Amino acid sequence: MEGRKGVISLAVFILAAAGFPWILTNEYYISILILSGITAIGVVGLNLLLGFAGQISLGHAAFFGISAYTSAILTTNYGFPVLAGVIIGIILSALVAFLIGIPALKLKALSLAMATLGFGLIVYIFLNETITLTGGPSGFVGIPRFNVLGYEFYSDLAYYYLVAGALTLVIIISLNLINSRTGRALKAIHSSENAARVMGINVFRFKLFVFVLSAVFAAMAGGLYAHYLSFVAPSSFGFHASLQLIVMAILGGMSSVWGGVIGALFLTSMPEFLRMYEELETILYGLILILCMMFMPQGLVGGLSRLSGYIADKLFKRRLK
Amino acid sequence: MDLGSALQYLISGLTVGSTYGLTALGFTIIFNATRVINFAQGEFVMLGGMLAVFFAGFFNFGLFPAIVLAVACTTLVGVCMERVAIRPVQGANVINIIIITIGVSIFIRGVVMIFLGKDTFALPPFFGTEALYFLGATIIPQSIWILLITMLVLLGLRTFFNNTIFGKAMLACSFEQKAAHLVGISVDRMVMLSFAISAMVGSIGGVILAPVTLTSYDVGIMLGLKGFASCILGGLGNPFGAAAGGLIIGVLESFGAGYVSSAFKDAFAFIILLVILFFKPSGIFGRADIERV
Repeated sequence: MEGRKGVISLAVFILAAAGFPWILTNEYYISILILSGITAIGVVGLNLLLGFAGQISLGHAAFFGISAYTSAILTTNYGFPVLAGVIIGIILSALVAFLIGIPALKLKALSLAMATLGFGLIVYIFLNETITLTGGPSGFVGIPRFNVLGYEFYSDLAYYYLVAGALTLVIIISLNLINSRTGRALKAIHSSENAARVMGINVFRFKLFVFVLSAVFAAMAGGLYAHYLSFVAPSSFGFHASLQLIVMAILGGMSSVWGGVIGALFLTSMPEFLRMYEELETILYGLILILCMMFMPQGLVGGLSRLSGYIADKLFKRRLK
Repeated sequence: MDLGSALQYLISGLTVGSTYGLTALGFTIIFNATRVINFAQGEFVMLGGMLAVFFAGFFNFGLFPAIVLAVACTTLVGVCMERVAIRPVQGANVINIIIITIGVSIFIRGVVMIFLGKDTFALPPFFGTEALYFLGATIIPQSIWILLITMLVLLGLRTFFNNTIFGKAMLACSFEQKAAHLVGISVDRMVMLSFAISAMVGSIGGVILAPVTLTSYDVGIMLGLKGFASCILGGLGNPFGAAAGGLIIGVLESFGAGYVSSAFKDAFAFIILLVILFFKPSGIFGRADIERV
């Protein structure tokens, strides 16, 4: 972990996550928080790939989808325990990521974007068209709630703590990863693959590792998603969803693990607040996206830390003199 | 496989592929000038079709003035987009500018949805509705118009890039912006011109396809994706490779739908694309990149 600063941010996050349900007692807010948390798990993973290793994936929602559908089908149609279904879903996603990653990660920049985009669309089309297995475009219903060893996370509050716990775990893993040998190798790959190679880093193996890891996080989110809503449809895992994940990572701030969390929270909750403008919702959404990127190129985390730096400057300058 | 149906698939593939090609051309022109993939490119295509329907239907302008007006308006939208959202962030991270173009595309889609509604519209065919029969295939006149207009646009662009001072200046910018600046080319103006041309070419693609496949406020997403796929397939940076890539994707899709399964027709095109990318990462017509360390 990145020294004291990392520990403090983590402590603040855990306190805030634990405290949220006391401030926002409304069921509706809790459900938005749950969905934000689930999305954040995927975005933090994607950020490791995009922000730290510099590899883009425009098909990440596919890993969400593969795991959500696998677990949904196994638990609903074949009576698997939910935990087993989720774990098998995660393993399957990791396997697919591994097999796709081997040829795809040899590509650079926009070709990689296209390859992952194509992969995502293919998965989306299969989810839509294999109607006997997945229920097709109208979705798959009747998925059981998440339960472990007989305890069912029936209330939204219980589910919220489950998701918050999973997100915390993912954040801790990511923070540790970034400040490890692997994390430094990934940053080196981001700056220059050739320089990294010269230093003896096995570029391809590290890229594949972080690709599979980010798919595992996305798959975790997929499992939590399916067993929360008890309903999945292909439209949640299409191109739009993949794009949404990328936008969250970039808007939040790519250079920090927290960027993914903040981006996911912001973009999942914002449409809910924009909903009161009805027709104007789409326009406002686009506009906010444009303005944020124009005026906060470092993302929300960068913008916030600049703001706090500015305030601290104003407050403490006088005292220093 | 009989000749008639094969020919039929080929023609319908080329018809749709023309629009993919024109979309891809737009991607390439902006990419060459700015190194940015403009995710609003599909919306230009949508605007072309939707505005033509709007001007023809609501104002009773007659088809051809409506089409010209639609293309002109879309070009203006392209110019405004560059001036308002792209130029102020010049020099920013490429990925940030890409997100801005995504924002612009959502914005344009939202505006069209509010003013023109969520319905699906049809534009009347340009000339003639009598189908032609040729070697067992049925050809609608609009297909011929589409191919003809696409060829004309390609020819026009070729002349523009090879024979006019503006075209040459744009080419210079795409090779090396600093050098172009040094010989007195206004890079800003060339970037704006590239957005204008992309928007124009895209909207022409949208207008010519609208009588065949219908149009609505959200057709831009899929057309944009196919266009992007086409320019990667043709080799990014090569405008005519991109146009060829579009035709290839259109034809592949049409044969896939005809002989394999129409439900999987989109998947079919993308699977082929992945296979090609994995074996030749620089695209069919692209040169392999030699990277400077």
